[in-house]
Amino acid sequence: MKEITREENLVYRRTPLMTDATLSYCPGCGHGTIHRLIMEVVEEMGIQSETIGVAPVGCAVLAYDFMDVDFSQAAHGRAPAVATGIKRLWPDKFVFTYQGDGDLAAIGTAETIHACNRGENITIFFVNNGIYGMTGGQMAPTTLEGMKSSTSPYGRNNETMGPPYKITELIAQLSGTYYVTRQAVHKPGPVRKAKKAIRKALEIQKEKKGISFIEFVSNCNSGWKMTPNDSNIWMEEHMFPFYPMGDIKVDGKLVKG
Amino acid sequence: MKELALMKGNEAIAEAAIRIGVDAYFGYPITPQSEVLEYLTLQRPEERTGMVILQAESEVAAINMVYGAAGTGKRAMTSSSSPGISLMQEGISYIAGAELPCLIVNVVRGGPGLGTIQPSQADYFQSTKGGGHGDYRLIVLAPASVQEMADYVELGFDLAFKYRNPVLILTDGLIGQMMEKVELPPQKARIEEFDQSWVITGKTPDRERNIITSLNLDPDLQYEHNLKLQEKYRSMNEDVMFERIGCDDAEFLLVAYGSSARICQKVVDIARGRGKKLGLLRPQTLFPFPTDEIARLSRQVKGIMSVELSAGQMVEDVKLAVNGKVPVYHYGMLGGKIHSPEDVLSAVEDKFIGGL
Amino acid sequence: MTEEIIIAGFGGQGVLSMGKILAYSGIMQEQEVSWMPSYGPEMRGGTANVTVILSDDRVSSPVLQSYDTAILLNQQSVDKFESLVKPGGLMIYDPNSITCHPERDDIRIFQVNAAEEAARMKSPITFNMVVLGAYIKVNPVVDLENVIKGLRKSLPERHHHLIPVNEKAIQRGMEIVKAAKLHA
Repeated sequence: MKEITREENLVYRRTPLMTDATLSYCPGCGHGTIHRLIMEVVEEMGIQSETIGVAPVGCAVLAYDFMDVDFSQAAHGRAPAVATGIKRLWPDKFVFTYQGDGDLAAIGTAETIHACNRGENITIFFVNNGIYGMTGGQMAPTTLEGMKSSTSPYGRNNETMGPPYKITELIAQLSGTYYVTRQAVHKPGPVRKAKKAIRKALEIQKEKKGISFIEFVSNCNSGWKMTPNDSNIWMEEHMFPFYPMGDIKVDGKLVKG
Repeated sequence: MKELALMKGNEAIAEAAIRIGVDAYFGYPITPQSEVLEYLTLQRPEERTGMVILQAESEVAAINMVYGAAGTGKRAMTSSSSPGISLMQEGISYIAGAELPCLIVNVVRGGPGLGTIQPSQADYFQSTKGGGHGDYRLIVLAPASVQEMADYVELGFDLAFKYRNPVLILTDGLIGQMMEKVELPPQKARIEEFDQSWVITGKTPDRERNIITSLNLDPDLQYEHNLKLQEKYRSMNEDVMFERIGCDDAEFLLVAYGSSARICQKVVDIARGRGKKLGLLRPQTLFPFPTDEIARLSRQVKGIMSVELSAGQMVEDVKLAVNGKVPVYHYGMLGGKIHSPEDVLSAVEDKFIGGL
Repeated sequence: MTEEIIIAGFGGQGVLSMGKILAYSGIMQEQEVSWMPSYGPEMRGGTANVTVILSDDRVSSPVLQSYDTAILLNQQSVDKFESLVKPGGLMIYDPNSITCHPERDDIRIFQVNAAEEAARMKSPITFNMVVLGAYIKVNPVVDLENVIKGLRKSLPERHHHLIPVNEKAIQRGMEIVKAAKLHA
């Protein structure tokens, strides 16, 4: 046995920066993967003692139960303002927000836009699953046209409910954003790319170059009322065409859109 | 050496904040308190002490920046006027729930709604009874002079950190816009060494992670948390502050705070000039409220009048303190108008005619 | 000693700054002072007024309904504040553009042709200092010396070269103030 547990034989290890708490997310949800990727990067950069997270209102409201770094919970939508307050007083620490689509792109639009416009040296992790998960599957600002939710039971009607919008492309236009990218975590390939993006985002924060912003297009199999696998297929077929993968702004320059 | 200045109340708050070494101010312009942010930006406190000044995109953002900053254990503050303070209530509730120390200044204007920019004391209920959702209280300080505007900044932070609770300075356009002689505190450096045991600084291996939150989904734990908060609020009674003016031999008593207390001081002067034994109790803290002192005085006087720039808010707390022992009246002025000493005096003579 | 003063006129006439200099002068002679302006949009081009109180004791109410002295610089202000001067009190006004002159005979009324004088001095901006000079001549609540000290405190450093002009304006005000003849 001892032979096997040697360092050179290690092929997988849970990052110690994830706590032992059981994830409260539904089986098949992307949140757990995103949490782990962020904590892996924090571990690899050796910045646990300098990292402060800001948790949203939404499914990730208890993010601080799972990620073993100091955290401040924020009111719904206010995470970028809370992060601004923290970062302005601890300018040398790493401060990130972790927000869902309702939090970041509906109720918190003003805080999102203005933190991005000021170029606060924080990182925003934006998880877009096109629905309000925690409250039970209501329509989000990112719910696709025709997509059913508990408050658009006959499908989103763009005429009466307004169309979904791409806040990530929108904030990329602001001079305060330095790195803006859209990623996914539903397959090993995208996971590897997403992790690289997280690393890049936190490195940019270290260099104080402005906002680094990562949108993760993710699934909500419960809210979408699908099996996890079906939800990932549906996401590739429907979400990705509207929310295309890849970098939008790199080194402060728009690369797409 | 004393440093005297002639300053507006709003400016005195700003200058005092720089001088006592406040770490951060986040605010948004609104009349009649915009001088606070204007003065701070003009003074370059980032050069004087390294103080952070930021004009937020809204009062909502400003109070949440304060929340974030307060979680670092540093001294953060904001100021606004009534409509802006209403917008901040969500954040204030979170700050109270998460037990964070901070200072909020409300330079009250008349309402409801957009109301008027003229002075008012109609935010008494909002300030002293919580204001946002949930069972919580703020420590509420009521300055009645420009000097107290300056002094209560440091007092406010001392109390905020003593109780890990938000402190509100409740003032109004009259005290905010008025200039008086003020003795400024000496310039201090910002505090570099402070208790970091509970603050978000980044988790080190020797401790559990620190979490700033007002959320507790377990009703038993939330119940315990609420009991602890209530116990804390009760314990604040030891910091109750009030001023007695002509109370020793008073037969009738006025109770007034802030700008209204200034007017009542004149009423007392005029009445005393006419040989009438009128006294004034001026609460300097509205929460904790000087309930015991008013109860004591109610055994001495024949009647009490609460004089407020409102339709009668503090009078309810006065009545609770008096508990029916003597008649309690209210004299008020609404909508941003200010009662003159003569107005109050004639109301006093009207109500207390037999005794005066 | 307590002196309760209302100064009222058009926005832009220097009403508020005159009050401020007066308050500073009070501080220079170790008095308690308060300066309470009307504030808000009405100031922008409309009427402005400020209540200044100088006292040897703690100042009580900064807002008043009767005054020891009223310094009134336009018709609206005369109309509004004449009746609020305490009996035996003082009123100073600039007769320029006044059509309905004050009529009370239980107060002392003085005129100062400040606008005219400031124009003659080719320094219209010192209008308020001419008025101030008139006031401290008729009621020397503050010494000229303390007024100059007050000016120095209230003016930003870059405007200190204007102090001699202002001092001259104050002196002219002291010279030209005269008791108003109540119209026969």
